[in-house]
Amino acid sequence: MAEKKKKLLQGNEACVEGAIYAGCRFYGGYPITPSTEIAEGMSVRLPKLGGKFIQMEDEIGGIAAALGGSLAGLKSMTATSGPGFSLKQECIGYACLAEIPLVIVDVMRGGPSTGYPTGPSQSDIMQAKWGTHGDHPAIALTPSTVPEILSETIRAFNLAEQFRTPVMVLYDEILGHMREPVTIPNPGDFLVEDRARPDCKPEEYHPYDDRFLIAPLAPFGSGYRFHVTGLNHKQDGFPTNDSKMIRENNERIMRKVHINRESIWQNEEVMLDDAEVVIFTIGSTARSARFAVNELRKSGVKAGLLRPLTIWPFPDKAVGEISSRVKAIIVPEMNLGQMTLEVERCARGRCAVEGLFRVDGEPITPSQIFHEVRKYL
Amino acid sequence: MSTTVAEKKEKISVPFDYNKYLRPNKLPHIWCPGCGHGIVLKAMLRAIDKAGLDKNNIALVSGIGCSSRTPGYVDFNTLHTLHGRALPFATGIKLAKPEMNVMVVTGDGDALAIGGNHFIHACRRNIDITVLVFTNATYGMTGGQYSPTTPLDSIATTSRYGNIEPPFDTCEMAKASGATFVARGTAYHTIELEKTIHEAIMHKGTSVVDIIDACPTYYGRANKFKSATQMMEEIEKDGTVNVKQAANLPPEKLAGKMLRGVLYKVERPEYCEKYDILIKEKASAKK
Repeated sequence: MAEKKKKLLQGNEACVEGAIYAGCRFYGGYPITPSTEIAEGMSVRLPKLGGKFIQMEDEIGGIAAALGGSLAGLKSMTATSGPGFSLKQECIGYACLAEIPLVIVDVMRGGPSTGYPTGPSQSDIMQAKWGTHGDHPAIALTPSTVPEILSETIRAFNLAEQFRTPVMVLYDEILGHMREPVTIPNPGDFLVEDRARPDCKPEEYHPYDDRFLIAPLAPFGSGYRFHVTGLNHKQDGFPTNDSKMIRENNERIMRKVHINRESIWQNEEVMLDDAEVVIFTIGSTARSARFAVNELRKSGVKAGLLRPLTIWPFPDKAVGEISSRVKAIIVPEMNLGQMTLEVERCARGRCAVEGLFRVDGEPITPSQIFHEVRKYL
Repeated sequence: MSTTVAEKKEKISVPFDYNKYLRPNKLPHIWCPGCGHGIVLKAMLRAIDKAGLDKNNIALVSGIGCSSRTPGYVDFNTLHTLHGRALPFATGIKLAKPEMNVMVVTGDGDALAIGGNHFIHACRRNIDITVLVFTNATYGMTGGQYSPTTPLDSIATTSRYGNIEPPFDTCEMAKASGATFVARGTAYHTIELEKTIHEAIMHKGTSVVDIIDACPTYYGRANKFKSATQMMEEIEKDGTVNVKQAANLPPEKLAGKMLRGVLYKVERPEYCEKYDILIKEKASAKK
């Protein structure tokens, strides 16, 4: 058994480690603050492993090349930040409809527009869900520590491959540039999933075979000649105007994620059993919240933390359950109220829901959360 | 002249089995009567056959528009992407699997307007992709708006008073951007087009073939052409001259004519080969 290696890594470097561990062998991207270190790291690591790195002429080219790499059979990724995430949205929708596995890392900075490139935010949460047009499934993961960026990046690849869909990893600039000790995993420490490949005869292959909820995906050049389009298509991949097929396909791509949401959801629960006030938050804000919960407990307040690692699909069940037994859910977020709306939806009026927002490029502090919680006692 | 006639006869006497490469159950195609896209498709298939490419090994990638529907009709690994994005998708496939023959079929609006940035950068990289630009000077699928190759003063549904934007010269742009094979053909000169596409396929590096191809439905009607054949004769036959013949013609005979044939060809290191050298020599040396 190889010895565990511990390294002091930046969040973006941990993302590279996770991607390489997960078997990513294609990176297409474009430089953008504060995610650039991911591209830099991949440009060094991939060639040594026989993988491919390309810096494209723009953000759209970056994700489009990564989708080409994925169709050719390599696990592929791109990374970006706010404005670049906006530019990639059309290709994200393409990946949803054409069902092409891909990991997109969005290191969130202040927006809208060029905004505050070097400052943190959590303002792409709704964009991750609704950024591309049309109804589509969304899976987005929200790590809160540097080691978690590594493990959640691996999980993102696994989910992308399993569900044949783009998966996003969202973390704020604080985490992207923060350094923490990270244990570099050995082979076998984490599960690594690969997409299902067809075992039928090439002439019987359908890339969207309706006998499957998620059909196996053959790589281009493997003898399975097939067609991929961004148009609504039949199970053989060719365009259709048949309203029944259009409906079935649109519903299926949503359903494949929805019915498996329990296996995609992952939450950390801190002192929820007897909690009267619960903090719901993600990313670096969850670090402040954890500190605040400890301080509140010391002062006799029954506070708890519900921290989703999967923000999409939204943790409806966990929020719904907790809302029926607490006085209030406080939602601190580095935006002007994106998760708060979802928490309100899931709480259905069973408890108070209050947002705590900050958009000045500074982190939400433990004391801000501490004082907000005390209002509800 | 005599050799061209002889070759034509020889081609006609040996029927080419297009079904070997088509997906017959995906026909009829969506193209209008008189559209040149089908002629270009046939020339492309004959060129692919002549090059001896394996169907399993061809990726044919397109963007959005009339010409971008081509991949649906042919039995290769086919990818119909987003408007303007054929080249970056194709770049990803080629880089991931350099052993594949990657070709792009795209329209002038797709390649040069919304995809213009990708076009110049694909040329700059000299990645081994064959790019066929179907130039019909119009956005046919949306009903006839002016495009980056629409001639000055032409009428389109968005230039009812005449087009005031000068057109791109696709070949000049490809050459200036770094493409190592640049050619032009037309749907009228079918045998020549087949040869040109074949030569483009055989070339290692980014190969661009600008194919002049009329849209009688939108461009033709708006600009008072009487028929598709009149358009082919005026724009494709009389509006162009082969680059070899042009060498012997006085300037007044070349005025306003586009050159056909292979306009530029150089050998330069190809992107994927350079990448592989990088892997073998530099990255593996640094552990």
